[in-house]
Amino acid sequence: MDNILKVPTMAELFAAGKQPEVLFWVGCAGSFDDRAKKITKAFVKILNKANVSFAVLGTEESCSGDPAKRAGNEFLFQMQAVTNIEVMNAYEIKKVVTACPHCFNTLKNEYPGLGGTYEVVHHTQFLSQLLEEGRISLEGGQFKGKRITFHDPCYLGRANGVYEAPRELIRKLDAELVEMKNCKKKGLCCGAGGAQMFKEPEKGNKDINIERTEQALETQPEIIAAGCPFCNTMMTDGVKNKEKEASVAVLDIAELIATAEDL
Amino acid sequence: MAYLPSILFACVLIAGLGFFAKNVTRLRRNINLGKAVDVSDNKSQRFKNMAKIALGQTKMVVRPIAGALHIIVYIGFIIINIEVLEIIIDGLFGTHRVFAPLGVVYDFLIGSFEILALLVLIAVIVFWIRRNVIRLKRFMKPEMQGWPKQDGNLILYIEMVLMVLFLIMNGADYQLQQLDVAQYTQAGAFPVSHYLAPFFDGLSTSSLILIERSAWWLHIIGILCFLNYLYYSKHLHILLAFPNTFYGKLAPKGQFENLDAVTQEVKLMMDPDADPYAASTEEEAVPEKFGASDVTDLSWVQLLNAYTCTECGRCSSECPANQTGKLLSPRKVMMDTRDRLEEVGKNIEANNGTFVDDGKQLLGNYISHEELWACTSCNACVQACPVSIDPLSIIMNMRQYLVMEESAAPSDLNNMMGNIENNGAPWPFNQMDRLNWVTEN
Repeated sequence: MDNILKVPTMAELFAAGKQPEVLFWVGCAGSFDDRAKKITKAFVKILNKANVSFAVLGTEESCSGDPAKRAGNEFLFQMQAVTNIEVMNAYEIKKVVTACPHCFNTLKNEYPGLGGTYEVVHHTQFLSQLLEEGRISLEGGQFKGKRITFHDPCYLGRANGVYEAPRELIRKLDAELVEMKNCKKKGLCCGAGGAQMFKEPEKGNKDINIERTEQALETQPEIIAAGCPFCNTMMTDGVKNKEKEASVAVLDIAELIATAEDL
Repeated sequence: MAYLPSILFACVLIAGLGFFAKNVTRLRRNINLGKAVDVSDNKSQRFKNMAKIALGQTKMVVRPIAGALHIIVYIGFIIINIEVLEIIIDGLFGTHRVFAPLGVVYDFLIGSFEILALLVLIAVIVFWIRRNVIRLKRFMKPEMQGWPKQDGNLILYIEMVLMVLFLIMNGADYQLQQLDVAQYTQAGAFPVSHYLAPFFDGLSTSSLILIERSAWWLHIIGILCFLNYLYYSKHLHILLAFPNTFYGKLAPKGQFENLDAVTQEVKLMMDPDADPYAASTEEEAVPEKFGASDVTDLSWVQLLNAYTCTECGRCSSECPANQTGKLLSPRKVMMDTRDRLEEVGKNIEANNGTFVDDGKQLLGNYISHEELWACTSCNACVQACPVSIDPLSIIMNMRQYLVMEESAAPSDLNNMMGNIENNGAPWPFNQMDRLNWVTEN
């Protein structure tokens, strides 16, 4: 298996008169954050292996506007949204997949009102669909019997009711899925949502990511699985704070699958 | 003279209902101070939500103990009100137990009312213990000090007294039936109140009649007082839970409203053919205010939310910010909104129908910046609310005001927004480098 990623851009495909099956919306974290870039690559490796026809916007992609909107800057959000929608509509995009629940939520729910209507799926939904269609196969391999707990991203779970797709994938790895006491609808936020990722927390007696990490560690996991680049950062910091990084890994679902498939 | 009690009863009833009607008018006026919002869509889904969440109590039972106790009190409240109908007819027409001819059905009804009354009494006592002996954390938060705590207990005391009066009334009635006193015809089953017999032992017929009549009058007067207490209390939820769940949000929880006023401006900016001078003559070009700084900037549904809140605190106990000791409490956001709305309403009343600026507003005087910026927008509060209240929407509207009207965001967020504006990402990376990850190792 060569390590060269095949990542066509919309501009290239468009020039060649082709239309991909799906647009992979990488997002800012997936493009720039060192940890999140690994998730992006893992997901692309799976797409490449399954021969999924996809493309990215590359330098034509801009922030979805989620952090601006949650911070209260509706103006900046709509400027971003309208710009992105113009680009996507020009390429006649029908379906979008993204590994960031914040981009997922914003594109899926808030872009239609501004003229951008697409079928938007989270990468865990996309992967479980590939699995269902037999386009990828999963054997547990190195994750067989491992204790994995899944941290629900707020913008995937409560915000959009997606609880099963990521869990389905973990089960398919033959791993032992262990639930935290607060999971699914009652999942506790990692502390990064609502633009908190970009600011210091307000005064309190504990940081939210520490509280959530403690809940995760109560399940005695070997892996804390995440489905969001921001949750990933927060949980990784939490695990480090608890000095458990030697025994507990924080990994995105895409990374679990790519690793299981030796990609 | 025989008509005197009926006349008296009619006066009490008219006074009670009249005063209540006056409060309902006030309530409507205050809620209508909110901005118009179109919630006429999807009626069938809205009825379904109301049936499930308010009538069916589906979100109450997420916490099984409180949920089960609440369902007892809720069913008791509804069913025992059938008895109130009989009391009103008896009171107005001078009859006694007018439904008695129903025979076995009547026995069944009275019997079930009694059992329910006992269960309600027990549930209410457990509620009191949870608030005052066990002192559950969510009832002890700072916003519950003072009046909210008293209000919560007062409601429980009133309910206890009403149930006890109902049982005393029936107990005395049963004794009088046994003694074959005229008017007290044999009717009804008394599975609970017949145990009160020892208390009535050796009392004369006239004493028993005095007890029965006193309990009867106090019971109905108590109910009318309770009805009128609602407007001043968190207990309004027994009525407003129904409209509130009906008008609750239907969109996915993550979907925040796009502000139309902003869309107008953005379209204008993005349209190369737009004539900025022509636009200024149109009224739409001057939006009144972005976001919310006071209750009148909120929608009427958000204000209905505030009156519906019964301060149970499930929202705050699920809130990640609140759990980790931050100032933010979604329950306080709702309580503050209601308190400020009441203040505005009283101001309007005192000034003959117009609001006179009192130098105060919801933002700053009630809800601090620190509270607003602690929110992670995770929707845990919205998910937790058993009656579809949305504290998050109020927090977001106030953030919008802070950012778009006052440029008062924390500096870290200003940096983040500056980055998005300049290079299309919340971090200072060049948009031209977006694809570098493909070739990096």
